[in-house]
Amino acid sequence: MPNIRDLVDYVENNDWAFTQGHRLCPGCNAPMVANWATLAAKSLGYEPVVGVATGCLEVSTTIFPYTSWNVPYIHNAFENVAATISGAEAAYRSLKNRKKIDNDKIKFIAIGGDGGTYDIGLQSLSGAIERGHDFVYILYDNEGYMNTGNQRSGSTPPGADSTTEPIGKASSGKLQLKKSIVDIVAGHEGVYAATAVTSEPWDFMRKMQQALEFRGPAFIAVLAPCVRFWRIPDDSGVEVTKLAVETKYWPLWEYNMGVYKVTKKPKTFKPVKEYITKLGRYNKLMKRPDANEILEELQNYVNAKWDRLLALEELTKDKPLRTKI
Amino acid sequence: MPVKLTVTGAHAVAQAMRQINPDVVAAYPITPQTPVVEYYATFVADGMVDTILVPVESEHSAMSAVVGAAAAGARTMTATAANGLALMIEIVYIAASYRLPIIMPLVNRALSGPLNIHCDHSDAMLARDSGWIQFFTENHQEAYDFTIIATKLAEKENVLLPAMVNLDGFITSHGVESFEMLDDEVVKEFVGTWNPKYSLLDTENPVTFGPVDLFDYYFEHHRQQEEAMNNAYEELPKVFEEFAKISGRKYDFLDLYKTDDADYIMVVMNSTASTAKYVVDELREEGKKVGLIKPQVFTPFPKKEFQKALNGRKGVVILDRAMSFGKEAPLYSLIKSALYEVPSRPKLGSYIYGLGGRNTSPKMIRQAFEDAFNDNLVADEQRYLGLRE
Repeated sequence: MPNIRDLVDYVENNDWAFTQGHRLCPGCNAPMVANWATLAAKSLGYEPVVGVATGCLEVSTTIFPYTSWNVPYIHNAFENVAATISGAEAAYRSLKNRKKIDNDKIKFIAIGGDGGTYDIGLQSLSGAIERGHDFVYILYDNEGYMNTGNQRSGSTPPGADSTTEPIGKASSGKLQLKKSIVDIVAGHEGVYAATAVTSEPWDFMRKMQQALEFRGPAFIAVLAPCVRFWRIPDDSGVEVTKLAVETKYWPLWEYNMGVYKVTKKPKTFKPVKEYITKLGRYNKLMKRPDANEILEELQNYVNAKWDRLLALEELTKDKPLRTKI
Repeated sequence: MPVKLTVTGAHAVAQAMRQINPDVVAAYPITPQTPVVEYYATFVADGMVDTILVPVESEHSAMSAVVGAAAAGARTMTATAANGLALMIEIVYIAASYRLPIIMPLVNRALSGPLNIHCDHSDAMLARDSGWIQFFTENHQEAYDFTIIATKLAEKENVLLPAMVNLDGFITSHGVESFEMLDDEVVKEFVGTWNPKYSLLDTENPVTFGPVDLFDYYFEHHRQQEEAMNNAYEELPKVFEEFAKISGRKYDFLDLYKTDDADYIMVVMNSTASTAKYVVDELREEGKKVGLIKPQVFTPFPKKEFQKALNGRKGVVILDRAMSFGKEAPLYSLIKSALYEVPSRPKLGSYIYGLGGRNTSPKMIRQAFEDAFNDNLVADEQRYLGLRE
């Protein structure tokens, strides 16, 4: 893991890979993710080449003729950042084989939001992972199509208000649980996959290093609030993700070639209701008569999920499914 | 020394790709393009090329991956047909706007629906406004030659546009015919090496590919794409000249067959031109002054060449293997528009033929010619060859 002195040294002596001047909202957690990912890579001596899916991070950082990216960057479309980066990675291998390029430090980082990852980009991601490309995919998960104003995604949790499945007199809004995206990625087996949060930068940095060093596809899902549409104060994103870990809403864990590991085990947990009621996006839900029922279901779910993680950790300890991609 | 191979058209295209030996090929199989990918995969498996082959999970990812690879400075190719092109079309447009010289054989097949795997040109016409250079080829030799020509043209610094090489599904792709294959070294030298100015792998000089391009720049960038296409038009005669030097085969925008003294001319693309040439020969024997034009280049559209070739003729029949529902057929429409400016406009006839692989016989071709010399052409009356009505 890059230590804090290396990071400080790096930041003091170098241009940042992801620099100022972007137009993301005040309090947005996405630039933290972009910064940490590239910073970790740079401070470890890698040269990141970044691909970003269409979304908040992309539209706000590259408004022609400006760019916030001090490293090579490509945006192609919404659903294909993994395929795009897989092509760039293939080019890298080919040009190295043919001695047209002499640089062993390049690492490919693809970044997508939840729309571009859980939904429209899932096929592209799955294909790139299955083919075993050497890249790190970072998901900044803000649980909706926030760039375009809070439409529902496959990551939107039950009870959260959205404009395409709003809570109304006749509807409790979205009832389906989020897809368990890291489990989907882990299902590819020959992969490193992890969850992370913006309130645990060191946990993220350690996982980022592991992802960069993993010879094959790696995936990190970072819970990264959209303060605007989570209806929370601008400065509370980090506080909220801390609570998400403390309530089992977003456990911190990783999967490495079949081996599960829970990377943070709080001694005590808070009820998930504490997390939910902190977020304005649940205000309408809380006024509904079925609010408690939905909350109870969610509590049962996160409990079961946590128990399952611990069991998987126990079951798979020192028992990788495979040792190479 | 060039060698004569008697193989399928798909094999001929794959051989051209082998000789070009691109850095990256990303492709997804689809009938009738599949053998192109299969042959190429065999070349890779046998170590005949050192291309990195990316066996993607869809055509959308095929085009996405070659965009990523091309932006990383690789010479890249893919190939597809019909629905595959439809699935990737979003990225087909993006590839052109990013000015990436990707080469793509398009094995022409009818677009669904209903589902049909056989030849027509509806797929090529789907991409006619995408900003790609579009070549059309009659047979194995041309499909092979134009894959090489396309690579040379696309990478010119004042062009930098992707190019697709159209060949007829099954008829050309799966039919066995002889073609002359150039020496590997000759092709290698002709296409040279690809050294792009900007690359994702140039970490010393980082660039941003694909920024958001709003109302203040998008328009100018599209104007630049038009300029690049104009440059492609200007560069093509030079590339044809250079190709003639290595092959002895001199191509032009239009293949003119017995048109010098022809009063009546047919225009048709790809393999049906072979059938039409046979009919022209028959009619010539009967004393009819007929000829044929087969466009080799569709985009940039050779407007001036058509004006020169068709001005003063008595009748011109234009055969389209695609429809543009509710509008004039694509090739007919462009030729009619080109003729607006000529002093002596011929009578025009629009004929749709061969949709979904419907066989086009010499008898049908003859019927269109007969309409012309029997003074039975009605402007803008769309007629159908071989259709049951």
